[in-house]
Amino acid sequence: MATLKIPISDQDHIQGNVKAACTLVEYGDYECPNCGAAYPLVKQIQQHFGPRIQFVFRNFPMTRMHPNAQTAAEVAEFAAIKGQFWKMHDLLYENQHQLGEALYAKLAATLKFDTAELQKALAEKTFSSRVSADFSGGVRSGVNGTPTFYINSQRYDAPMDYDSMVGAIETALAS
Amino acid sequence: MSELLSPGTPAPDFSLPVTPDQKLSLHELRGKPVILAFYPADWSPVCGDQMALYNEILPEFQKHEAELLGISVDGVWCHTAFAKDRNLHFPLLADFEPKGAVARAYGAYFDQAGITERALFVIDKDGVIRWSYLSPLAVNPGADGILEALEALKK
Repeated sequence: MATLKIPISDQDHIQGNVKAACTLVEYGDYECPNCGAAYPLVKQIQQHFGPRIQFVFRNFPMTRMHPNAQTAAEVAEFAAIKGQFWKMHDLLYENQHQLGEALYAKLAATLKFDTAELQKALAEKTFSSRVSADFSGGVRSGVNGTPTFYINSQRYDAPMDYDSMVGAIETALAS
Repeated sequence: MSELLSPGTPAPDFSLPVTPDQKLSLHELRGKPVILAFYPADWSPVCGDQMALYNEILPEFQKHEAELLGISVDGVWCHTAFAKDRNLHFPLLADFEPKGAVARAYGAYFDQAGITERALFVIDKDGVIRWSYLSPLAVNPGADGILEALEALKK
């Protein structure tokens, strides 16, 4: 059974209760359709459990398959240093079919970022090492496609539907 | 489930088609670690696909100078189309005729379904199997085990 090798730290993007007894980690790709499908599912799960879980998102861009995935991940990391990771994360998934420079500029304007600063960060690959570090950590942890979820550090290999995932989290909370 | 060849066993040599007019033999890769990834079939769903994943991870394998070979019972034209569609940058070998003969030699053939198991082998530079792993057919095993095995080769 594959396990999470990189512990959760303050470098992570965390949503929810950091003291929760259950942590749900997603390794995801902004261009991956299955991740797009998992996006509302994670929201439902978070709503269901409220403060009983924390959710962590890490980058796993499958760049040979998804040409926009790497840049989209860097856009989200740029937003993170402005304290707006989750807003950008959500907007990228909600506009998954329009990933590209025009969208990034539009979203940057929406979040009141300096678009020139974003363009510079993308051109200089400022956040590419952060994204690569997430990817390598995911490989070590047995990420086997996108999205890959971990529930309390155990890779979740069962079906990705609401009932199955809620059940698995309930089990983790009970143990 | 099949009984895979275990660590310490010399890896059975083979020569299989890698393109419509080319064959690749295991012994040609002597001197480098080799990763053999048996998988059930080309064209499984995209995002969870094991070969697409390994394609992304190739740079990590290359840090160990390891050669990755994918093997299934699909024919060479099928592999060619699959590799082109998924932009794969490593060879896919056709264990097509006699069907599954190489998989059988490694204990990685799933008779009832007529396909190869999802089985991984890491072979050292001298041609000896150093690690093997049989994954449930439905579970893409990822690459963590392969990387750990490649690291262990250096010790």
